[in-house]
Amino acid sequence: MSKSSKPNATTERIRQTLAKRYRAEKRFRLYGVVAILFGLLCVATLFVDIIGKGHGAFRQTYIQLSVDYDADILGISDINDAQQLALADFSGLVKKSLRTRFSDVSGRKDKRQLYRLVSNSAEYDLTDRLKTAPALLGQSEKRWVLADDDIDTYFKSLNSSDGAFVGRTSEKQQQWVQSLIDAGQIELRFNSQFFSNGDSREPEQAGIGGAIVGSLFTLFITLALSFPIGVAAAVYLEEFAPKNRWTDFIEVNINNLAAVPSIIFGLLGLAIFINFFHVPRSVPVIGGLVLAVMTLPTIIISSRAAIKAVPPSIREAGIGIGASPVQVVLHHVLPLALPGMLTGTIIGMAQALGETAPLLMIGMVAFIVDVPGGFTDPATVLPVQIFLWADSPERAFVEKTSAAIMVLLAFLITMNTFAVILRKRLERRW
Amino acid sequence: MQTSNLIIALLVMSALAYFFGYQRSRGFARQLGGVSNLHSLPTYYGMRVALWCGLPSVLLLFVCLAFEETIISKMLLSGIPDEIRPTSIAEYNLLMNKIENLASGALSSEGVKPALLDAAAALGYLRDMSQRLLTGLAMLVAGGGGFWGWWRMSAQLRARQQVEKIFKGFLLLCASLAIFTTLGILLSVIFESVRFFQQVPISEFLFGLEWSPQTAIRPDQVGGSGSFGAVPLFLGTMLISFIAMTVAVPAGLMSAIYLAEYAGSKVRSFVKPALEILAGVPTVVYGYFAALTVAPLIRDTGTSMGLSVTSESALAAGLVMGIMIIPFISSLADDVINAVPQTMRDGSLALGATHSETIKQVIIPAALPGIVGGVLLAVSRAIGETMIVVMAAGLAANLTVNPLDTVTTVTVQIVTLLVGDQEFDSAKTLSAFALGLMLFLVTLGLNYIALRVVKKYREQYE
Repeated sequence: MSKSSKPNATTERIRQTLAKRYRAEKRFRLYGVVAILFGLLCVATLFVDIIGKGHGAFRQTYIQLSVDYDADILGISDINDAQQLALADFSGLVKKSLRTRFSDVSGRKDKRQLYRLVSNSAEYDLTDRLKTAPALLGQSEKRWVLADDDIDTYFKSLNSSDGAFVGRTSEKQQQWVQSLIDAGQIELRFNSQFFSNGDSREPEQAGIGGAIVGSLFTLFITLALSFPIGVAAAVYLEEFAPKNRWTDFIEVNINNLAAVPSIIFGLLGLAIFINFFHVPRSVPVIGGLVLAVMTLPTIIISSRAAIKAVPPSIREAGIGIGASPVQVVLHHVLPLALPGMLTGTIIGMAQALGETAPLLMIGMVAFIVDVPGGFTDPATVLPVQIFLWADSPERAFVEKTSAAIMVLLAFLITMNTFAVILRKRLERRW
Repeated sequence: MQTSNLIIALLVMSALAYFFGYQRSRGFARQLGGVSNLHSLPTYYGMRVALWCGLPSVLLLFVCLAFEETIISKMLLSGIPDEIRPTSIAEYNLLMNKIENLASGALSSEGVKPALLDAAAALGYLRDMSQRLLTGLAMLVAGGGGFWGWWRMSAQLRARQQVEKIFKGFLLLCASLAIFTTLGILLSVIFESVRFFQQVPISEFLFGLEWSPQTAIRPDQVGGSGSFGAVPLFLGTMLISFIAMTVAVPAGLMSAIYLAEYAGSKVRSFVKPALEILAGVPTVVYGYFAALTVAPLIRDTGTSMGLSVTSESALAAGLVMGIMIIPFISSLADDVINAVPQTMRDGSLALGATHSETIKQVIIPAALPGIVGGVLLAVSRAIGETMIVVMAAGLAANLTVNPLDTVTTVTVQIVTLLVGDQEFDSAKTLSAFALGLMLFLVTLGLNYIALRVVKKYREQYE
């Protein structure tokens, strides 16, 4: 169209609105970027928040005491007498050491505060020490003992930018801590007890060892039940199921179960497994059962996808050389579909590892100090331990909870990464 | 013999049966001049004999174990004199516990009625007897079955077909477990709900405006008779889900659109997994994040603006729940947007529409059923989400739609009612199952509709 001719009305209108339309285009694009940035920001905030709160829990405050294993205070005359050792007054020993260190403290109230500098686990530590080294009786040595959780929180916050967190520590206690710092008798050490101990009411002694072992036992039961059953169900539905009402009904049920809220499975566990079949509460067996029922749909659906991906030519070749349909499935289809099935199973297990709600219903929220030793010992699992600690009022538990979350996330990320690597490694394009 | 040992013994017997069956079929093969003259491979003959040995005996064992306790306690009860015969279920449980403890020695026998001591002795005797009987019977069945299977072997026997039939039966059983699970869920919630609705009328539960499930255990105790109007819970659940959806739907949808339509493959390969991290984080972590970080932040912000915000506001729980659901919506929306045929995009662009106009006027309308289905699934997830609300939302059943106030949800109440001691005859405990029934029905309905919509939509473009 030449310039001299009459401008086309439509083109003119388009030209007038073009700038506006391009602006709308830009705006729309911006919304998308903002939405993605928001999502990424959430991921970042979550991780920074948890790690910021929890990294401190991997180190714990210890106080150095010079302990004099005085036979008179302990009330031990014969070191080889187990009875005497059990009754010995190790608590008195700890108190004596504290009094010698801060000899200027007098008055009952002050002394009581002084004794609260160290954790009450110090006496058990000394008991064990003397048991393993009986020659120490009558000798003295310098020993690092666990500090109380309030002291721990205070000591850790001393260098923080928000100023020290005083909490329940008294001014006198703060002075004593200062004096210990000046003498180099207080320090942060790697908190190995956090990984080995069970739960405790005292934050400085609480650990996730029991919860991790409980999670492992529970997951073992879940895996042992849901993997074979899930694979068998998937094989049936993909390879042998006739097209009839029963099969359709099974499929509808599986799809629905995959979207049922997890808490409903807790109700199922409570009403059917506990009240009807009398499975004991709080043990990994019941936890594993409920989680197996819950993860079954996930495993069935991913296993079916894996079986579907095996090309029909494999089956036809098998049948062609005289194998029975069952032989074709067992000898050819299953081995080829296994990587996909394993990937789905690992993702299902990761889901089960992070699940909390149904376990609350079946008594796995109990306060359990001992590390479980078997499938029928009362146990708790890692996410439930996090839930329990999150409810605890002590400030020191905030740190512990975040650290437990870090461990849980580390497990989950490892499992998912493993699943991705497995898929990449073993995936076969037909 | 103990049950675990018995099972091991049965397994060993089955292994032996396999060996004998295998050997015998090799014997046939030698006579006929080679394995190829048998109907099936020798392993199938072995497996068939092993199944004959193991399957009936293990089945018998499980059936007997299921009824053992009931029969023993019936027999015990018939021997107990009338004056201490229990009249109620609670008394019966108490009595059985006492006898149990006497028999195991946990309770000392001093000062206990002689009738109970007799019962304890009888319990020990009966247990011992039934254990022996069971061992004998199971061994007999295993041996007999194994021998029968071995005896009936011949070179023409269709062993493979028989073994494969049992294998397929096992597969069918595993697949049918999904139905039994649904049935189990329905039975467990319906059964207890019916008992609840016998105590509390269903209309009061569905339409009542007050929820305080604390019932007095003793008549002289303070604390009302409990009221079970669930409307505040339904409203609270809807409020929190609504807040969650207002966060999740725009964010999830827009990020899905950007990733599917604008982003290059490099951005996509980084952003997609990063967003999916949000889906893999356990809900208890979100709950902790909501309760300890988001809720105080919202409270402080609100207070500085002169608003009164509770520390367990619905807003905090809803926001965090929304964050949790973002990847759920974005991956579902991503799927349906990618399923829209490229020809439709090309057609729109060729007519001169800008990219965003194509998306808004062609792609989204085409993908709408799938998106709606995805959103419905997300709503069902928000309604059933438990840990975030348990940790970050309150327990007070307020009838309000103010997001800065404390509300409680169906799932929170189920958890609080069922954690700790329960008595299954009080309306308080049973009400949790009625709430569970509601939750199950609503999520089931939403899932059903959503799956139908998504499926129907997929068929259109395939």
